[in-house]
Amino acid sequence: MIQLKEISKTFYSKKNEEVTALKGVSLEVKQGEIFGVIGYSGAGKSTLVRCVNLLEKPTSGDVVVNGASLKNMSKNELRKSRQNIGMIFQGFNLLKTATVYENIAIPLKLTGISSKEIPTRVEKYLAIVGLEDKHHVYPGQLSGGQKQRVAIARALSHEPDVLLSDEATSALDPETTHSILDLLLKINREFGITILLITHEMHVIQKICDRVAVMENGEVIEQGNVIDLYSSPKKRTTKKFVNSLFPNDLPKEILEQLKKRGPIISMTFVGTSADKPALSQLSKKFDVDANILSGNIVQLKDKPFGKLVAHIQGETEETDKALHYLKEEGVQVDEVEINES
Amino acid sequence: MNLNVIAFYDRWGGVLGEATIETFQMVFISLLISVLIGLPLGVLLVLSRPDKSMSNPYVYQSLNVVINVLRSIPFIILLFFLLPFTKFIVGTSIGVKGVIVPLVFYTAPYIARLMESALLEVNKGVLEAYEAMGIKTKDIIWHVMVREAKPSIILGLTIAIIGLIGATAMAGLVGAGGLGDVAYRFGHLRYEPEVMYVTIVLLIILIQGIQSIGNRLAAKAKKD
Ligand SMILES: Nc1ncnc2c1ncn2[C@@H]1O[C@H](COP(=O)(O)OP(=O)(O)OP(=O)(O)O)[C@@H](O)[C@H]1O
Ligand SMILES: [Mg+2]
Repeated sequence: MIQLKEISKTFYSKKNEEVTALKGVSLEVKQGEIFGVIGYSGAGKSTLVRCVNLLEKPTSGDVVVNGASLKNMSKNELRKSRQNIGMIFQGFNLLKTATVYENIAIPLKLTGISSKEIPTRVEKYLAIVGLEDKHHVYPGQLSGGQKQRVAIARALSHEPDVLLSDEATSALDPETTHSILDLLLKINREFGITILLITHEMHVIQKICDRVAVMENGEVIEQGNVIDLYSSPKKRTTKKFVNSLFPNDLPKEILEQLKKRGPIISMTFVGTSADKPALSQLSKKFDVDANILSGNIVQLKDKPFGKLVAHIQGETEETDKALHYLKEEGVQVDEVEINES
Repeated sequence: MNLNVIAFYDRWGGVLGEATIETFQMVFISLLISVLIGLPLGVLLVLSRPDKSMSNPYVYQSLNVVINVLRSIPFIILLFFLLPFTKFIVGTSIGVKGVIVPLVFYTAPYIARLMESALLEVNKGVLEAYEAMGIKTKDIIWHVMVREAKPSIILGLTIAIIGLIGATAMAGLVGAGGLGDVAYRFGHLRYEPEVMYVTIVLLIILIQGIQSIGNRLAAKAKKD
């Protein structure tokens, strides 16, 4: 649905300093999926989504949306293509001087929707975002979450195939964030709209994304299914993002002490094995003591995903057997390296 | 006391009434023309500004220079300096008609600047959102920029009107009349202090009134 091919973007500041925000990024977002891009501030995420609808013109590389390359389009063709790509923003970007109704109706009118159809569309999409009772209210009187709902209704009312989201929930509190993410998920499922979203928050990724790309310094350093990336992150930054969900800051000294009496392992559970008490069986089946050092379970889009760090105390022979058992039970077991910290 | 008021009214009512109408005429006509020139120039200033998508340094810089030059010239100089040009354009350089051209030269650049700063206040994110929806630039200018800037535009125009009223005081010099002219001619030159005071009070009421109407309209347009 969206293909970014070797996109590079260099900004030239006034003093002729160059900032290369994107360095040959390639991505493919498939029809009907929710694709997340995560990265720290300044990684180039905003620049990347803004390249998809050419709000930012790539210095080199090509953008293909729905089979058509946007880069060589005429102004008019580009406008038509943009009408098929919805976008929502961190700052909502509504007209302050227009009511909720007008905020949706004005762009419809300006894109040539017949005045007979406009009221029907506005009603329909306001109902979908749950704001049917707010027609005549001005954005200044709405909460952040409600404003974002209006912005979502505005984007949907053009009935696009693709929705781009640039940190759409970053200005919202956790509760509101969840309700907006639920709404995006519903839009994706019910209308089959492909969503490309960027965020710096892992819980946004895990709640609604199917696939994810990690960005750093203008490059995609790792990408894949959310579950794969969560269970076996390869790059340092990816590990940092994953570990932020599973805090594990036992002092090095303690870990070293423990290690003398048996391995320290991290167990990753995906799906059903997350709720199986594999660990509790260990002491019964083998001559070992298992002590949980830290752990957490998070809900991915449709599977629970958990990570426990435990110390398995016992003779090497027994602990080896125990680890083998865990692996057989479908638990991903990795020994924790201490110097990794 | 009452008799005094009646006597004053009998003697000066006609003159003051006529002068008020002349002031209104001058302000209204030159404001209208100045907005028609100043608003598009303000839009052009914002669009051609460096870093903008339609950035054009030549347009921007030349507009800047012209506006700054015109705005540096005191109105009274402009009034005389433009005499031949005025005559050429409207056929006369005296009366209300003759003063409109210099008033427009005086006010339009000012309005262009006021519009520029009002339009620059508009949230760039909103403009971008509309660009992302595939909406034509000319529609964005009118339906987003000007619309969202309306409260500031109204306040700017209020300031411009008050400046215009000040400038019309000098219009008497080319025989265009107006309240300022009455205050000067009768009040100052012929030493009729009552006329001067009454004129000044009328001007104060006028300006107060315009400012409060402007404030109220701007607040109403703001919607938050
Ligand atoms: N218009 C611009 N002019 C110059 N430099 C820019 C411009 N836009 C972005 N940059 C630079 O490009 C880099 C990437 O910026 P970008 O906004 O894409 O990051 P981001 O990942 O979205 O960060 P954040 O999470 O803070 O929004 C930054 O170094 C930024 O300073
Ligand atoms: Mg950003």
